Amino acid sequence: MPEVHVRKRVTIVEEIFHEGGPTAEKPLRRAAALIVIHNPFAGKYVPEIASFMEDLKPLGLEMAKSLVVALGGDPKFIEGYGKGAIVGQAGELEHGALWHVPGGYAMREILGDAKAIVASTKKVGTLGTRLDVPITHINASYVRSHFDAMEVGIADAPRADEILLVLAMTTGPRIHARVGGLKASEIKGEDGLR
Amino acid sequence: MKAKIRKIITFIEETRTEMGKSVNPPTRRAAAAAVIENPFAGKYVEDLSELMEIGEELGTLLTERAVAALGIQGPAAESYGKAAAVGENGELEHAAAILHPKLGTPVRKVLGKGAALIPSSKKRGGPGVTLDIPLGHKDAAFVRSHFDGMEIRVNDAPRANEILVAIAVTDSGRPLPRVGGLTKDQIKGEDGLR
Repeated sequence: MPEVHVRKRVTIVEEIFHEGGPTAEKPLRRAAALIVIHNPFAGKYVPEIASFMEDLKPLGLEMAKSLVVALGGDPKFIEGYGKGAIVGQAGELEHGALWHVPGGYAMREILGDAKAIVASTKKVGTLGTRLDVPITHINASYVRSHFDAMEVGIADAPRADEILLVLAMTTGPRIHARVGGLKASEIKGEDGLR
Repeated sequence: MKAKIRKIITFIEETRTEMGKSVNPPTRRAAAAAVIENPFAGKYVEDLSELMEIGEELGTLLTERAVAALGIQGPAAESYGKAAAVGENGELEHAAAILHPKLGTPVRKVLGKGAALIPSSKKRGGPGVTLDIPLGHKDAAFVRSHFDGMEIRVNDAPRANEILVAIAVTDSGRPLPRVGGLTKDQIKGEDGLR
């Protein structure tokens, strides 16, 4: 299978102190790792693409590790995660789907025992296209305080024959979370949902 | 601290290839941005000295963040730039008060030197507005390989009564510079120009 060619890497870290309400004792931190790779399937229909997922695994691990570092260095700090992809216009949405397995695998590998499905989104786009990466609690998808999203994008990517891959992690609930629902303290953590 | 900060965002970009050609070592740039309350939003205030002092604080804070994001010592930085976007209830002059009178000295203190003018841009805009931070070599403005710019945006800032302030620092110039002009090894570094 094709090698993974990386053109550039972008890391975005947000540290949120308040959003008009009281300043949090512990600011919420969110980080996204973005990687721009060449799309080996651009410009043509290729029936067999699935084995490229295996090739993407080391990249996913590198990105997941960099997020843990960006958020303080300890996987224990991570409470939410999400992933996404923007496929350049010479590619297919299906090429973005190649990121599901390696992206999810990488974050679970780094975070240990994360149980919840990794929320995701994908689209075909162009240079500067923005992606709202959905974020949910790592152990229980229904934790309402951790439903979040991070908007990301790169001014010069993805080019037509590129894919922009994203992983995102957060250190806690929305900064002024107060709409009820399942709390992180109530998680059973068995099924990944509650 | 005088500045009332809602959030701080850091962006790191690392370019590894361009047009299939390897960039070795990769070029790296970082920007740190703060979203602050605009104390003068919605009214005309003659004396802007409070914003000037905020500029001084942010000069230290954001430069330290950007340098830390690159993982380098201040003196290893090669180029820099600054920019601000004022929310809809503010004046362009508010951006000027932050950027121009007092912000530069602490930037240069963190970076060790900085004989050159810090290139800047400013605008008024809403949440998600694009900020193109101009970049120039920190000791000699005419170094052609380091004429550059870094685009950033924060999807939820600046709100009407906020100001987004950003400082960008690099450890390199453009990825594959080849349009001649003054090169960094020819810098005298006395007048800030050559």
